[in-house]
Amino acid sequence: MNNRNRLPSVTLAASALAMSLLGAAAARAEGLVVGFSQIGSESGWRAAETTVTKQDAKKNGDTVKIADAQQKQENQIKAIRSFIAQGVDGIFLAPVVATGWHQVLSEARDAKIPVILLDRDIDPADKPLYLTAVTSDSVHEGAVAGDWLVKTVGAKPCNVVEIEGTVGASVAANRKEGFDDEVKKQPNIKIIRSETGDFTRSQGKQVMESFIKAENGGKNICAVYAHNDDMMIGAIQAMKEAGLKPGSDILTVSVDSVPDMFRAMIAHDANATVELTPDMAGPAFVALGAYKSKGTVPPKWIETKSVLHTSADGDLQQVLDQKKDLGY
Amino acid sequence: MNSRLPVIVTTIVFLLGFAGCGLHFPHFASTRVVGNLLTDNAYLGVMAVGMTFVIISGGIDLSVGAVLGFTTVFLAIAIGRLGIPPLLAFVLVLLLAGAFGAAMGALIQFLEMPPFIVTLAGMFLARGASFLLSTQSIPVGAPLYDTLNAFALHLPGGGRLTFITLLMLAVFAGGIVLLHFTRFGSYVYALGGSRASTALMGIPVARTTIRIYALSGLLAGLSGIVFSLYTSSGYSLSGVGNELDAIAAVVIGGTLLSGGVGTLFGTFVGVLIEGLIQTYITFDGTLSSWWAKIVTGALLFAFIAFQRLMSGGGFRRSRAGAAAA
Repeated sequence: MNNRNRLPSVTLAASALAMSLLGAAAARAEGLVVGFSQIGSESGWRAAETTVTKQDAKKNGDTVKIADAQQKQENQIKAIRSFIAQGVDGIFLAPVVATGWHQVLSEARDAKIPVILLDRDIDPADKPLYLTAVTSDSVHEGAVAGDWLVKTVGAKPCNVVEIEGTVGASVAANRKEGFDDEVKKQPNIKIIRSETGDFTRSQGKQVMESFIKAENGGKNICAVYAHNDDMMIGAIQAMKEAGLKPGSDILTVSVDSVPDMFRAMIAHDANATVELTPDMAGPAFVALGAYKSKGTVPPKWIETKSVLHTSADGDLQQVLDQKKDLGY
Repeated sequence: MNSRLPVIVTTIVFLLGFAGCGLHFPHFASTRVVGNLLTDNAYLGVMAVGMTFVIISGGIDLSVGAVLGFTTVFLAIAIGRLGIPPLLAFVLVLLLAGAFGAAMGALIQFLEMPPFIVTLAGMFLARGASFLLSTQSIPVGAPLYDTLNAFALHLPGGGRLTFITLLMLAVFAGGIVLLHFTRFGSYVYALGGSRASTALMGIPVARTTIRIYALSGLLAGLSGIVFSLYTSSGYSLSGVGNELDAIAAVVIGGTLLSGGVGTLFGTFVGVLIEGLIQTYITFDGTLSSWWAKIVTGALLFAFIAFQRLMSGGGFRRSRAGAAAA
């Protein structure tokens, strides 16, 4: 989900991505066969990632074999061994834990099958054993959210409340760091309260209720930042129940871009969301294609784009239509 | 002859299944896949040996998956963090796991509590203890691990018999000797036949029960060592639900859940069948991996129904009587 190691990063611009996609597809006579060891389907986002991976493969004319590990590392190791035995062209791995990959990834290397990590990183000691890791930068996600708020409020004074993710989760810490650093540069913006909502809707709602009570019925609050959309959807409900208008009385910005957040933005109940793309496989297919056809070694870390969607966008309905059938 | 039939059927099912997969997928019928099947299921095999003893004696051990998890975390902390030599850590954890099993056996025997409840409590205890040690996955990083993992007998065609495969095969061989050729083994069958009459026959019920659960605990600890080698790390969530996979392998292998009947060879084939189903699903690549559970469930049901038809009642007692004699 995140990448704590500050590696040299390459942000793939959408146009460059599309161009190299075409290039890679043209360079290959026939489609690649890729084995994808997925963690499971514990969250909507992960289900969407699996769906998008299948769509990407279909688009490129590649074949993807998906093994759902049901949250178990041993199932992932077994799946990787089976992929090696089948002689696939590449292996995508979304690792359930960071440790314990040395043995099986060495076997993949011995069989000359490149491994690409998706959305999570592994033990740095095993860095030579994979081709590249495609992950988002969760610090950057927070920064994009902070940047939007800074630009939106301009020079006006603004008190912000922050609903944090699960305590100890690195994604939460990173999204906080990115956002806080961005708004701290502005003397007119102050983070007045910050509390954990555990990444859930119900907790997000409760935390927002307590913020509203503590801040003069919400009159002192100018904006809410939540570390994920689910907590924000809970917070929106709390604001409505308190007779406030989310999206105009209080600005909202959160991270993930789940379909329900687009519904909220279309209804003018929310202002902005930063996308954690479920399309980790897209750049991975591009990197694998280039590596297989031309021997191009990609950088060790491919950072996915953190796109900002706001209620001012004209294409909210289109994005929602694309997203709603992905399994979120 | 009657008692061998379930094992023969299981073996035929496995061979047919393997041949079917071989015809279906070009790379399937290779020594590499066979080697993987053994390596990937080594921890399950070791655990299933202990489970076979327990089930033949008419009991059940639900704690083994949790003991596996505890063992991996214990080893990762002992070796990786405290710097205890790996071999000493292995001995310590085996003693601990064996004592844990013996304690459960004693509770079952002297308090006359059902094995299901005692080992369920043992499962919570062991799982809880491993979370207490650490909730993170911890790398082991010992040179001995690298040496053992690098060791393998190479087969023609890219297959490998790894250290943990050989260890599992040795455990099965040792288990077969213990179960089928020693007095302790015949006591195990006798206990599963009928507890009351075994006491009358002068069989040391208490000692045998405690030894059976100690053996199961010890082998669960050993399967934890195998798992620790397999992943070179310790994680408190590893082995969740593995006790059920082991029970399934034992039952598919022709052992009666009510006790008294069963073989270790059947268990071995049962483990391979479970591995085969998983391998098939990965090779296919489009099926949901939850089909593995559904197929295992269907097989379990089919085998239990088959045994029911086969036994008809008299079959169980005659086998137990023969073993005790």
